[in-house]
Amino acid sequence: MSKALKQPLHEKRLFNERALVALVVVLMVFFLLLSRYFYLQVIKHDDYSAQADGNRIKIQRISPTRGLIYDRNGVLLAENETAYRLQVITEKTKDLNSQLNALQDLIGLDEEDLLRIRKDIKFNPAFKPITIKENMNEQEVATFAVQNHHYPGFKATPYLVRKYNHAKVMSHVIGYVSKINAEEFSNKDPNLYASDDYVGKIGIEKYYETELHGQPGLLKSEINARGRPLSQAIEQAPSHGQSLHLTIDLALQQAAYDAFADETGAAIAVNPNNGEILAMISKPGYDTNLFISGISHKDYQSLLNAPEKPLFNRSIKGGYEPGSTIKPYMALAGLHHKLITAETTMFSNGVYQLPNQKRKYHDWKQGGHGHVNVVNSLAESVNVFFYDLAVKLGIDRIEAFLKPFKFGQLTGLDIAGEKQGILPSRTWKKANRNMIWFPGETVITGIGQGYFVITPVQMAQALSVLVSKGQYTPLHLIQKQVATVLVHSDINTAHWDTVHQGMTAVINAPNGTARALASKDYVFAGKSGTSQVFGKSEEDIYKKNEELPKHLRNHALFVAFAPVQAPEIAVVVVAEHGASGTKAAAPIAKKIIDAYMQINDLLPADEEAHE
Amino acid sequence: MNKRRISDWFDPVLLLLILALLGYGLVVLYSAGGMVLVEKQAVRIGLGLFAMLFIAQIRPERFEQFTPIIFVVSVLLLVAVLFFGITVKGAKRWLDLGISIQPSELCKITLPMMVAWIFRHAALPPDWKHLAGALLVIGMCTGLIYQQPDLGTSILIALSGLFVIYLAGISWKLIIGGGFLAVLSSPVVWYFMHEYQKQRVLMFLNPEADPLNRGWNIIQSKIAIGSGGMTGKGWQQGSQTQLDFLPEHSTDFILSVLSEEFGFIGVALLFVLYAMIIMRCLFIASQAKNTYNRLICGALTLILFVYITINAGMISGVFPVVGVPLPLVSYGGTSVLTLLASFGIIMSVYTHKKLIQQ
Repeated sequence: MSKALKQPLHEKRLFNERALVALVVVLMVFFLLLSRYFYLQVIKHDDYSAQADGNRIKIQRISPTRGLIYDRNGVLLAENETAYRLQVITEKTKDLNSQLNALQDLIGLDEEDLLRIRKDIKFNPAFKPITIKENMNEQEVATFAVQNHHYPGFKATPYLVRKYNHAKVMSHVIGYVSKINAEEFSNKDPNLYASDDYVGKIGIEKYYETELHGQPGLLKSEINARGRPLSQAIEQAPSHGQSLHLTIDLALQQAAYDAFADETGAAIAVNPNNGEILAMISKPGYDTNLFISGISHKDYQSLLNAPEKPLFNRSIKGGYEPGSTIKPYMALAGLHHKLITAETTMFSNGVYQLPNQKRKYHDWKQGGHGHVNVVNSLAESVNVFFYDLAVKLGIDRIEAFLKPFKFGQLTGLDIAGEKQGILPSRTWKKANRNMIWFPGETVITGIGQGYFVITPVQMAQALSVLVSKGQYTPLHLIQKQVATVLVHSDINTAHWDTVHQGMTAVINAPNGTARALASKDYVFAGKSGTSQVFGKSEEDIYKKNEELPKHLRNHALFVAFAPVQAPEIAVVVVAEHGASGTKAAAPIAKKIIDAYMQINDLLPADEEAHE
Repeated sequence: MNKRRISDWFDPVLLLLILALLGYGLVVLYSAGGMVLVEKQAVRIGLGLFAMLFIAQIRPERFEQFTPIIFVVSVLLLVAVLFFGITVKGAKRWLDLGISIQPSELCKITLPMMVAWIFRHAALPPDWKHLAGALLVIGMCTGLIYQQPDLGTSILIALSGLFVIYLAGISWKLIIGGGFLAVLSSPVVWYFMHEYQKQRVLMFLNPEADPLNRGWNIIQSKIAIGSGGMTGKGWQQGSQTQLDFLPEHSTDFILSVLSEEFGFIGVALLFVLYAMIIMRCLFIASQAKNTYNRLICGALTLILFVYITINAGMISGVFPVVGVPLPLVSYGGTSVLTLLASFGIIMSVYTHKKLIQQ
């Protein structure tokens, strides 16, 4: 054997030496490992303890229930309904693609939905629930529930979703809520809002967002790693949103909406004594319910592009010339500035001319109205009387007099999106047109034309001041105490009465422009107006309005109040492209007042009918 | 003939230490997995203890005699895994022979036995020829297991063989040179590593980079350990464990459970038990009657040490996650059976050392 001989003793010594070294290494390594555990468990204990607590206790948010919205009589207009949200946790599914395809028919998903779902799945971790469909009703969920066992990982969870009753009629007042977007979320208090909360986007829902939203509560739950709560305790109860009671009377609102029939426009009915808005419509309305869970592209485009512009809130955003509805205010200004008295008469031959100027300003009635006083001038809507009066007043006095009525200023109505409008003046023209004021512009200002841009809500605000003889109460949509301020307190009561008399004559005098509308049941007053629509061709200007295509016809205006002796309701109606205030707008105003009388039992009992 | 004493049947010291460790493990397992797992594990432990005491009665010469056959069988099983293995999580490690077995576990005993067998008659320190033979069998087992793929186990297997070489007295120069070579070759190893293995290493280097997926286990484990503190949260009181934040808490991460519920004191107690077992085993090895016995005793002991170190280091974020159970404590049949079997071999060496002295 060429091999080296074994030397048992030497080998044993060698082994023992190696074993000893190994033992030393083992003990050293164990010591180092224990040091590591000492470091984690003793030195860093507090850190990890805090992390372990964070792991175990999960504070979850309890969404507050959004406040309800009622009309003045307690009719529920906006409520919260239980809806279901179908979600999927992708890591719990087996064959997601075929499941989605099967669901497509079962619960009705379109390509747009599927595209979004696939994108969400791609960009979210597998343990995060992905929403398949929102706002499913009980029946849809029941359909799914029967098949549930075929869809592991899919779950329908209930949540509260806004629901609008009488959505179309109330659309422009209440507005709607929808999912909060990233920009809105970044501006909100993170303690109050979650990233998937609903938030008021427009209307009452937006203006009273803070009150309606409420404060979320906190749910403290002990959970396991799968997110399953083991025990739950409410740490802080949510304080639910405040319910709101509108000043709107749904019945009157509905009547006003219906009074328009197929016409577009706006109407506002207010109580001039306390500033409460009883009805406020912009026709057409739209179904606000469509917007809550995200409106489809198709639906949105059709609303956006509809020629009647249903999304446009004419009552606060529509800008119109007041036309002849400005005449009562002009008359009051003339009386107040002692340029005229109730008895002053002037002769209208149908044409008005400024001294040394060729341009002729016409009456609507060819040949004029003859000898007229202020009351007749209102009743017959005599332009020449007001051309003359306006020139005598001058633009500065006109502006100063109209301003307290809120013409051309935001009324501060408690919904968002009000448009300011324009009260013409020298300073306005200088600032916006960089031109001086021409005397001829004062003439047409006297009949509410020219640079005026007034919204229906401003007309309603001004009318309520006029009707209540100088009591300015800010218009509002929510029942609340509102302070009344006296404006134009230096105006003699007799002057207010004279103007009321003139407006009463519009309907009740034999020469009144709207005499056809006189009611035998109550006495009401009013004034018609026409708001010019521009964009007519040269040729069209000379045509009669009724002969023009509808979209070029002038807007018809009518303001009214009733009963004359003790006014309870003031109404502003704008019938777009209605051409004639008395023919198109006045009947709508009459219907609204009729409805008010009927709803409030103010009509005398019809005894003959009972017999 | 004299009446045989207890120590002629088994080593009471080692048995006591093992029983203490097993008992401790079951207590922790109850907290981690409940009575169902404890019952299952108790059955395996019972089987393992029976096997251990049975093996302890076999004369070490028999092991020596059958080593080549056992080794060839285990290599054949490794080859079989590559062809007929059950794929779990992308790796073929299991073989279904009525019961599922993991042949790589078997290699943890048979490979050091084989290396020791190669050295059994050689003059130590071994010459180049013996060394080459040893490295060949080590490379064969390591390569086969690496193919499964199972990086962690293949490294452990390689170590179990290398320990025999070390204990055989190979010169320090060679050891240091070999270690140096291993470090130099690491870029090559990296090149041949599977993508998931690279990710594991990367994740180990920076677990916070991917806290929700691969880093999650380590982060949660560290929270469990750290929140345990000096005295622990108490038995069955570990929130990380009881609320399921801790992954695989009855198997690879059972030490996290122990750390959370029994604190640093509990961990120290465990290490004391392990250290005592290792010392006792090395003592037995040094008392062994021949080279083969010494080498397998020593190698099996050191591989136990490596297991403990890797597991304890892994769950506390010192080493990458390699999926090594905590010896005699983690839930699982194969691990406990092989370990108890190897203790059986060590005990056999112990009970048979005196025969030669007579």
